[in-house]
Amino acid sequence: MSAVDAGRAHAAEDHQHHLHAAAEAPATIVLRGLTAGYDDRAALEGIDLTIRQGSLTAVFGPNGGGKSTLLKVIAGLLRPWHGEAEILDAPPGEAARRIAYVTQAELVDWSFPVSVWDVAMMGRYPALGLVRRPGPVDRGAVHLALEQVGMAQHARTQIGQLSGGQRRRVFLARALAANPELYLLDEPVTGVDATTQEDLMDLLEAEARRGKTVVATTHDLACAASRFHDVVALNRTVIAHGPSELVLDQEVLRQTYGGHLLVLGQQAVLLDDAHHHDEAAPGEAHHHEGQPRSSA
Amino acid sequence: MGALLDPLQFAFFQRGLAAAVMVGLVTAVVGSYVVLRGLAFMGDALSHAAFPGVVAAYLVQGPFYLGAAIAAIGSALAIGWVSRRGHLRSDTAIGVIFAGMFALGVFLFSTIHRYVGDLFGFLFGEILAISPADLVGLLLLGGGVLAVMALLWKELLYATFDPLGAGASGLPVAALDYLFLALIAVTIVVSVQTVGIILIVAMLVTPAATAQLLTSRFSSMIVIAIAVGVISPVVGLYVSYWLDTASGATMVLVETAVFLAALALGPRTGLLRVRRAAAG
Repeated sequence: MSAVDAGRAHAAEDHQHHLHAAAEAPATIVLRGLTAGYDDRAALEGIDLTIRQGSLTAVFGPNGGGKSTLLKVIAGLLRPWHGEAEILDAPPGEAARRIAYVTQAELVDWSFPVSVWDVAMMGRYPALGLVRRPGPVDRGAVHLALEQVGMAQHARTQIGQLSGGQRRRVFLARALAANPELYLLDEPVTGVDATTQEDLMDLLEAEARRGKTVVATTHDLACAASRFHDVVALNRTVIAHGPSELVLDQEVLRQTYGGHLLVLGQQAVLLDDAHHHDEAAPGEAHHHEGQPRSSA
Repeated sequence: MGALLDPLQFAFFQRGLAAAVMVGLVTAVVGSYVVLRGLAFMGDALSHAAFPGVVAAYLVQGPFYLGAAIAAIGSALAIGWVSRRGHLRSDTAIGVIFAGMFALGVFLFSTIHRYVGDLFGFLFGEILAISPADLVGLLLLGGGVLAVMALLWKELLYATFDPLGAGASGLPVAALDYLFLALIAVTIVVSVQTVGIILIVAMLVTPAATAQLLTSRFSSMIVIAIAVGVISPVVGLYVSYWLDTASGATMVLVETAVFLAALALGPRTGLLRVRRAAAG
């Protein structure tokens, strides 16, 4: 049985081959026969996926393979066309207050007049409700989250002044401050320095160990293999789902990336845009697709 | 001192002053979000789109603010619908609806063959002609907008900064977008007698733009925008009284002058700073 088949069987039979302790945990995310897209263009087709509580899962695949779309469907930001979705035992969007979503850095307006502290505090807003203003409990949670990501000393800094790695730290602090059960992170380690990547992954791993579920998209196969427990190979549909060693399987990589992969003996080299721009000038945006917000 | 106090003996000047303060406050607060959301063109469009509503209300002798509100809110909805339905960029849809509505207003206006001085007041503002009843309405509507903004400031801030993150954590982002457009429409109704349809966009955008030159923090941005937004129209009202010039235009010119001063002297853009850097 090839690794790809193993991955498929794994997905279809609900982790029965999985030896991780997480296999017995309740399902946080269940998608069945799910199709979703934009306008009349499908980005995801026939997605069957179960992700269990406490898992630390990386979603990898080519650009346009539907990684961000999958995250948006799970977050309730995009309504699927067909199929079933159950997130934290509820339809998408219903359990939103127990979810923290970390937006891709490229979609954020870094010149926006908010400080590191302000952004982290936003994680507390949804639970506060309309009338209440942030109180001592919220300030405590924000301070702790900023300490955890090592940004407490920059609390007053406007976000445009930060480096790429610091910006990612601040957005993770916002998620931590919300104390969610499910973390959804769109490219959390893209374009960050090695130290930041290690620090962020240590924090996410600790959250998973506490029983939180972590799902992140990534371009970084080395990070997916070494720092995540599970991986989902995605190219419009789930190519494979299983333990992170699947990332090293050439058959999985070939099916996921098609021609964009150069195989050199035992080594596979990805000819995708795995290089990013940590050194971007503050305030400089890297827009590739879509717009950060609609104006009408 | 007499120059400042003399006009205050006239009830019409007192009413004008009260209207200027309220309109300055409301446009500064709503305008800060207009600028951060990139809705300056939308604000301009909705104010022009209110014109046919005002003329229609005049024709049927109804209250102008009802006509203006219906036309502005209807146009906001139409812009959203046209851009989604036609897969058009929203600024394209805004351009189409805005010009069409203003043309409708001018068309209706041209069917009236008697003296229409009141209607010119809506185009260019006539703050000293505000009646006591209109002032009460203006203060109530303006207070209502401020109350909603005070209630929703943090939700609007989060949804403006990061709509995906806010939506995923349960904030009703789409509903907030529509509500904010409605708040712009009501703000326009409140301001229409003061500065007039054509210049409202300046009141919405200039104080917030000035504040953005001077600070990179949201809380101080709102405070500076309010200060500029309230003080400039009051100064402008006095200047227009002394010089006997158009009040709406004078108020806007004062705001523009404050903006240019901030541009010249501000910490990031200031000429002084550039010169110092060149010298050093």
